[in-house]
Amino acid sequence: MRDLIEQPDPGGGGPNRNPAWADGLLAVRLFAVDPAGLAGIILRAQPGPVRDACLALIRSAMPESAPWRKMPAQVEASRLIGGLDLAQTLKAGRPVAERGLLAEANGGIIVMAMAERVPQGVAALIAQALESGEARVERDGVAHAFPSRFGIVALDEGLPEDEPLAALLRDRVAFCADLTSVATGEAASPPDRLETWAAAVPAARTRLARVVAGDEIVQALCGAALALGIGSLRAPLLALRAARAAAALDGSPRVEEEHAALAARLVFSWRATALPPEEAPAKAESPSEPPDEPQGEPGLGDDAGSGGGPIDDVVLEAARAAIPPDLLSRLQQAGIQPMPRARSGQSGMAIKSRAKGRPVGTRRGELRSGTRLSLIDTLRAAAPWQPLRRRPGSARIEVRPDDFRVTRFKQRTQSVTIFAVDASGSQAFARLAEVKGAVELLLAESYVRRDQVALIAFRGQTAELVVPPTRSLVRAKRLLAGLPGGGGTPLAAGIEASAALAEALRRKGLSPTIVLMTDGRANITRPSAGNRLNAVEDALAAARLVKQAQLAAVFIDTSPRPRAEAQRLASEMGARYVPLPYADAAALNAVLKRRA
Amino acid sequence: MAAVFPFSALAGQEEMKRALLIAAVEPAIGGVLIFGDRGTGKSTAIRALAALLPPMQVVAGCAYNCPPGASAGLCGLCAGPDAAGPLAAATVAVPVVDMPLGATEDRVVGALDLERALTRGEKAFEPGLLARAHRGFLYIDEVNLLEDHLVDLLLDVAASGENVVEREGLSVRHPARFVLIGSGNPEEGELRPQLLDRFGLSVAVETLSDLSLRVEAVKRRDAFERDPHGFLEEWRPQEDALRARLQAARARLASVSVADEVLMQASRLCLSLGTDGLRGELTLLRAARALAALEGEDRVTMAHLRQVAPAALGHRLRRNPLDEAGSGARIERAMAEVLGT
Repeated sequence: MRDLIEQPDPGGGGPNRNPAWADGLLAVRLFAVDPAGLAGIILRAQPGPVRDACLALIRSAMPESAPWRKMPAQVEASRLIGGLDLAQTLKAGRPVAERGLLAEANGGIIVMAMAERVPQGVAALIAQALESGEARVERDGVAHAFPSRFGIVALDEGLPEDEPLAALLRDRVAFCADLTSVATGEAASPPDRLETWAAAVPAARTRLARVVAGDEIVQALCGAALALGIGSLRAPLLALRAARAAAALDGSPRVEEEHAALAARLVFSWRATALPPEEAPAKAESPSEPPDEPQGEPGLGDDAGSGGGPIDDVVLEAARAAIPPDLLSRLQQAGIQPMPRARSGQSGMAIKSRAKGRPVGTRRGELRSGTRLSLIDTLRAAAPWQPLRRRPGSARIEVRPDDFRVTRFKQRTQSVTIFAVDASGSQAFARLAEVKGAVELLLAESYVRRDQVALIAFRGQTAELVVPPTRSLVRAKRLLAGLPGGGGTPLAAGIEASAALAEALRRKGLSPTIVLMTDGRANITRPSAGNRLNAVEDALAAARLVKQAQLAAVFIDTSPRPRAEAQRLASEMGARYVPLPYADAAALNAVLKRRA
Repeated sequence: MAAVFPFSALAGQEEMKRALLIAAVEPAIGGVLIFGDRGTGKSTAIRALAALLPPMQVVAGCAYNCPPGASAGLCGLCAGPDAAGPLAAATVAVPVVDMPLGATEDRVVGALDLERALTRGEKAFEPGLLARAHRGFLYIDEVNLLEDHLVDLLLDVAASGENVVEREGLSVRHPARFVLIGSGNPEEGELRPQLLDRFGLSVAVETLSDLSLRVEAVKRRDAFERDPHGFLEEWRPQEDALRARLQAARARLASVSVADEVLMQASRLCLSLGTDGLRGELTLLRAARALAALEGEDRVTMAHLRQVAPAALGHRLRRNPLDEAGSGARIERAMAEVLGT
C-alpha cells in the first residue's frame, strides 16, 4: 500500500492537499486497471486541467491499440449500436452491417461528454452492452451481435442544478470522483509522476486475474453496503473488483483489509443512502480489539460466519468517513432538488433533444434538411429495379431520386402539468395534503395518456422543484412524502420558477400547463429585490412574465373567501381563475380536466 | 456463446424464480413481468432460465421452429404442399430471444429480405424476432422504456399467437407463440395499466436484505466471473436436477387435478379482490397447477393457491393512488379472509 495510499502529494502542496483530488486519482487508477470490470467512472468536474489530467492518466494507462471513443450526449441510437452501412451497401450490392460506437469501443473506453444529458434510451443501450458484453443490432434489416466490452468515463459538468447521470448507469459504474472542489493548481502534478502511475497499471492488469479475495473480505464489503443502505448487489460486486484492482496495483497477491477499505471508500461513499450508527453494533467480544490482529488467516472462518469482525468495522468505517458531510441533510430533503435556473445559450441543445415522435411509416420524398432518409425503405424501393438499371459487370446498386423514402414522424406532444404549490404557513397543512392527493390522482390518470407531472413548492425564501417532470407514480410519491410546510410566501419566486420550468419544457417540445395553488398572500420578495413591502408588486411582475411568455396557466385560489387581489394576479398572469376554498383531490382534478 | 450463470446458483428471490419456472412449465400462463429495484438479478435470472430449459424438437431448417409431427399451427412452408412426407427433425435449444432496446419494427415482425431482393431481385420474407421466439421466450429488458408502438405490437401477437405481416408488398402470416418476459424498474417510468394486466404473472423484486444471502450472491457471482467453466461444472448436479424436475413437471401437468373446493376458493378470492374478468382467475389456477406439478404433486392444494396468488393477481387490482397499502398487503388480507390463515 506504500505507493497507493501514502502517495506523495500530487500537488506538492504538503498539508493542504485536497482529499477529493487524491481520492479522484486513486479511483482513476483503479478504473484504468480493470475498465470493463469496474464498468465506469463518473468525473464530476468543469472542463479544464483537472479533468484533462484524469483523462490523460486513463488514456496513457490503456494499451496503445485500445480504442478511445468520444460519445456526444445526443448520439443517435443507430450510431450507437450500428445498423446498415449505406456506402458499403451501395458499393457491394448487398447489405453490409456497420458497427456502432459500442462495438467500436470493444476493449477500450467510451468517454461520454455531458453525461448528465444523455437521454434515458441511450443510457439503457449502454447499460445493456455493459451487462452482456456485446452490442446487439436488430434494426434496418441487420441482425448481428458484436463483442463489446468497454469502460465508460462519464464526464459530468457537476453543475448543481443539473440532474445527475441516468440512474441505471449510476448503478453500474464503480466510481464517482467529485473533482469540483479541486483547484487547477492542485491538479498540476509533475508529468513524471503521472507517467509512473500510468506505467504501473499494465503490470497490475496482468496480476489482476491471480489476486484472491478471502470470504471475510466479501463479508465485510457486503455488510458495509447493507449498513450504508445500498440495496443494489452490483455495489458490493464492484467494490470487490475495485479491491482486487487495488491489491493488483499494490503488488499484493491477495486482497488485504486496506484494499477492501479503499474500495469501500471509493465505491460506497457516494451511493450511501443511510448513515450507520456511530458505534458498530455492540458485539459480545470487546470492540476494542487491537487493530493489528492478523488478517486473512484460515482460522478466521468462524469470525466471518458470525457476521461481524474487526475487518467489517474497518471497511465500514472507511466508507463512512468518506461520505460527504451534507449527506444527512440531503437525505432529509428526500431528493428535493434545487430549481434549474434559466440559462442562456442552450436553447439549441434543448431543441435537438426534442422528444422525437413515433415513426409512422415512410413516404416518397426529397432529401431536404430536416427530413430523415429511411435507408432501409429507400433500398427496398430501389431493389425491384436493379436488374433493369444495373450496368453489366457492375455490382453497384442504382438508386434514383425516385426511390428516396423519408421517415414520417407523428409527434404527439406530451403535456406536462406543473403544480406550483404554496407550502407556506398561511396555507393550512391540510391543504398541502390535498394537493399531494390531487397530484397522485392526476398522475394515476396521466400515465394512461403518458403525460407528465411536476411539482414546485414555494415556502420560506425560495421555490424548490420537489417532483421533477415524471410519469412515475412511485417516484412522485416518494418525493412528495418528504415535502415540508410552513414559513413565508415567496409568491414571486414560485411563479418565476414555474415559468422557467415551463419554458424549458416547452423548448423540449412538451406542452406545459402551470397550475398555481395559493391564497395569493405574497409576503416574501424576490431574492434580488430586497424590499419586503414590494412582495405583492414582485408577484404581479412575475405574473406578467407568464402572460408574456404565453404559458397556459390555471390559478387556484385556496383562500377561504375569494379576494380581489388574487383575481388581479390571475388576470395579470393570463390564467383562468378558479376559487376552490375547500379543494379536495377530486374537485381539483375535475377543474384540471376542464382546462383543455 | 458466453457462459451463462446457472439458474440453480441464484441466491434468494424465490418468488421471481418460482414465477419463471411456472412459465417454463406452463407457457399458456401469458407472460411474466418482473419489476423492481436495480441490481437484484432480474436479467441474470432470465438469461439463466434460457440455459436451464431442456432442448426441443423442431423441423430441421425451419425458420419458425415448427414442431415436427404436428398437423396444425405450422408455418406456410412446413404445412405447404412441398412438405409432403415426414419432415426431418432437429434438436435445438429453446429460444430465449433478447429484444434489444432500439430494435426497429422491421426486425421485430420481419420484412423483405434485402439481400435477396438486391442481389437476385427476389421478393422473399426475412423472418424477424417474433419468428425466432416461436415456442420459446421473448425477453424485453427495461420494458417500460420500449417504444409504445412496439409494446402494443408485441402484446397483440402474444395474445393471438400469430404474426401477420403486410408490408412492402409481402403478405405473410406465421405462428408466433411465445412467453413474453418483461423486466424493468418502476422508478424510470411506469408501465401503462393496459399493459400490466396483459402479463400473466407479475413479480415485484426487492433488494435482498439478508446479509448472509447477499454475501452468498456476491461470492457466487464473483466465482462465476473469475472462472465461468469451473463454476458451471461445480453447479452441474444442481442444474441437472432442476432441469429434470422441470421436465417431470411438464409431463405431469396435464394430469394435475383441481378439486371443486379449490376452484371455489379461487373464485371467491378473485371476487373479494374485485379483479375484473376471468383472466385473473384462469391465470391463478394455471399457475397453481404448474406449481403443483413442479412440486411433484397430483392435486392443487390451498397452499399452492396461496403461493401464486400475489403474482397472479397483484397487478390486476384496481389501482387507488390514494391507498398507501401496496397490492401485496391487500392480497394478504383477502387471502386471510377467504382462505383462512
